[in-house]
Amino acid sequence: MDLDAVAEWSRYVVVVATLGYLASWLAFCAEAGIHSRRRRAVTEAAAEPERELVGVAASASAAPADEATASAPSGPGDAELQERADRLGGLGRGLFALTTVALAAGVVMRGLGTERAPWANMYEFSITGTLVASIVFIALARTVVGRVVAVWAVLLIFVTVGLASTFLYVPPGPVQPALQSYWLVIHVGCAVLAFGLFTVGAVVSALQIVSERAAERGRTTGFGASLPESAGLDRLAYRLTAIAFPIWTFGPLILGAIWAEVSWGRYWGWDPKEVWALITWLAYAAYLHARATAGWKGSKASVVALIGYGTVLFSYFGVNILFNGLHSYGGL
Amino acid sequence: MTTTPMDTRPPVDNRPPPLNGLELARWAWRQLTSMRVALILLFLLAVAAIPGSIIPQTEANPLNVRDFRARNPELSQWYDRLGLFDVYSTPWFAAIYIALMISLIGCILPRCWQHWKAMRAQPPKAPRRLTRMPAYRKVEVDATPDEALAVARAELRSRRFRLRKPLEDEADSVGAEIGYLRETGNLLFHLALVVVLLAVALGGLFSYRATVLVTEGSGFSNQVIQFDSLSAGALFDTADLPPFSMDLDEFRMEFVESGNQIGQPADYEATVTLVREPGAEPETHTIRVNEPLNIDGTSVHIMSPGYAPAFTVRAADGETILAEGPVPFLPRDGSFTSEGVVKVEVPPEYGDDIGIQAGFLPTAFLDENGPRSVFPGARNPEVYLTAWHGDLGLDDGQPQSIYRLDTEDMEQYLGDGGEPYRARLPVGETVGLPDGRSITFDGYVTWVNLQIGRNSGRELALVGGVAAVIGLMGSLYARRRRAWVRTSVGPEGRTVVEVAGLHRAEGSSGDRLADEIGAITDGLLLRLGGAEGKRED
Ligand code: HEM
Repeated sequence: MDLDAVAEWSRYVVVVATLGYLASWLAFCAEAGIHSRRRRAVTEAAAEPERELVGVAASASAAPADEATASAPSGPGDAELQERADRLGGLGRGLFALTTVALAAGVVMRGLGTERAPWANMYEFSITGTLVASIVFIALARTVVGRVVAVWAVLLIFVTVGLASTFLYVPPGPVQPALQSYWLVIHVGCAVLAFGLFTVGAVVSALQIVSERAAERGRTTGFGASLPESAGLDRLAYRLTAIAFPIWTFGPLILGAIWAEVSWGRYWGWDPKEVWALITWLAYAAYLHARATAGWKGSKASVVALIGYGTVLFSYFGVNILFNGLHSYGGL
Repeated sequence: MTTTPMDTRPPVDNRPPPLNGLELARWAWRQLTSMRVALILLFLLAVAAIPGSIIPQTEANPLNVRDFRARNPELSQWYDRLGLFDVYSTPWFAAIYIALMISLIGCILPRCWQHWKAMRAQPPKAPRRLTRMPAYRKVEVDATPDEALAVARAELRSRRFRLRKPLEDEADSVGAEIGYLRETGNLLFHLALVVVLLAVALGGLFSYRATVLVTEGSGFSNQVIQFDSLSAGALFDTADLPPFSMDLDEFRMEFVESGNQIGQPADYEATVTLVREPGAEPETHTIRVNEPLNIDGTSVHIMSPGYAPAFTVRAADGETILAEGPVPFLPRDGSFTSEGVVKVEVPPEYGDDIGIQAGFLPTAFLDENGPRSVFPGARNPEVYLTAWHGDLGLDDGQPQSIYRLDTEDMEQYLGDGGEPYRARLPVGETVGLPDGRSITFDGYVTWVNLQIGRNSGRELALVGGVAAVIGLMGSLYARRRRAWVRTSVGPEGRTVVEVAGLHRAEGSSGDRLADEIGAITDGLLLRLGGAEGKRED
């Protein structure tokens, strides 16, 4: 098979992976649905005796409260539901892992087919960045916190890969002279890596906010209550950012400056892409500072992290699509 | 703020002090160097940087600014007032980053001093009740308390903890601390940021960047008068320009020949002959897009390229050459549909001046929309032209664009039917003008804009940047923590060893500390001769 065909085929592999992520997400949703049914049953059962007590006070009827408490918590078929949920969760995780392997194959095929690192335009950047995020999620999914996070991650990944293989798709081809450099490999490679990590961090931060709100309101049912404790999410988001931030400093900023100096003869020229890389950096520096400032821990810091992620998305989608700077390599 | 022990600054007091000059200044300084203000300034700087990425900037793209002004004259006046075409050199932008720098220095220098003291100070002594610490282990061993303590010291030392020198009344315990790298790294990171900023700011004063358009077969020498444009820092001295000269022997352009990216540039390569200083041996070099030529710290980059069609203009006698040679034309689109003018100053005995306005099409294609180029490579080069005669006005001292014809004192040649004269020429063809003079399209060469420049201070900025990343990793990944071991004689006469730990780092979980305290305890037991101890948590 010739190389062009390999690159062309990569697109179909990516499309299959997109469907795989969707299937995985549906499995996770079904699992979450069963869990929430179980939790509702438990809380209703817990609320029951109180209602009975009120009833006692009002009508002085002496209905035995025991019956309800005895039957509901373990509910009819609870063990069975639990087992079904576990099976669905296992299916979701299995599909997630398998799909990630497929996506990896798609990315590698694209790289082989074009004979270069597969991150030279927005399509390639998206699929490779998503692959990084998927791998991070799989690594995280060994922990309880990570498993909850993965459910929402899959949705995000599905949307990103879906967008990539439809709107952002660019047929394989060579890149312009300015991009033919090993700096491309490292500089953009770091950006992809950090992008993946920031994405995971953003999901965790968003869940942290929901979890903290739910805890503040004392919720015991619903989505918020199904999340892990907010302090754990807060710490996880911080750790992910702590890995991504130096990579962002090194790749997009420092290596970007070196490459710009090699390629254009100046290391910093306030090009829109450069400006947004800096804005992202400042926003995440603000996040790290917020985490170290009294009164800013928890959901306030998470909001800063989400703003930071907004700037990541903008430096990537916004700048490539809206602005016409030196960095317009989107290929659209 | 997390009150780390080296961070002994008093908590920020937000209330303004009584109106006493010194007090007020001190209050303002405390505010400025607080974490909260640093946070706000970081955000402000990020927000302030946004307009410059949306509105065209003079420094990055002067042509876009000109277009924008032409399209929005009204709005542009407002933008000018706010400096929005030069955001990154406006006073308000500078005010934010200077405030951030001052805040940074004001915050970091005292912390350096405190950290210096902390590194030389003793780790704290064991708290009275170790059970209160977040990680705690208790074991009983057969060794004597002194032996167990000695072993504990060895274990902690082998784990690179720094040990407290025991005082008289602390014979039963040892205190230790590790992870100073966190604060060291943090300080290194912030100081390195200052270095980067200084390098960029001071370097900018000495840097320069110039462009010169060079046609194949011609050259230039590195002097200000030869440059088409020059931007330089305030302290740049023209005497600093290295005295080289350079000829462009060949400039080769390759384009993608087929497929969906047809017409995209594939490779540009310039072959130049360099003479480093007058009288030096000529050297041949190639310059490519990501491979600039470095001449003693000055680098020469390839920027935008184009075509220069070559013409010969002859007098009516068919012999006398009035002008010849290539003239650079400006590309108008990605397929290098190019436009330009040829100005021929004619000695009076051969008639009046001639001005030719022409389009050069490397791969000419004619349809109902008129002639244009459909591929940037020169597959079917043609020239379309119209011409004028009269006075070019070159002698009256007014500077003129070489790409525009000033037709004020000129008349367009007319064809037989009175319509403007036009001609279409493939390479090698000649056309006669109505007055008997003639134009030959001899062929074409390429040209390229070379950028000559020096970025002073770039090495220092790079060193600062790398130091910042190293410091950052120390700051983010090192975990600062303390451990204590206390030995005592238990009720059954055996030795009780208590091990406790406290972590003082962002984002470190209790689990890891508990693991470490467990590992220290296990190591201690191992040193005491295997699993003899009875464990109890
Ligand atoms: C250019 C501006 C600045 C940038 C990019 C920046 C960046 C950072 C980063 C990335 C960290 C994270 C390290 C960590 O979490 O351990 C940090 C920590 C810190 N920064 Fe800054 N900083 C800046 C200015 C300042 C200023 C002005 C101050 C003084 C008020 C300051 C004080 C601190 C302190 C005290 C920490 C340690 C927080 C902790 O306890 O972990 N920084 N900074």
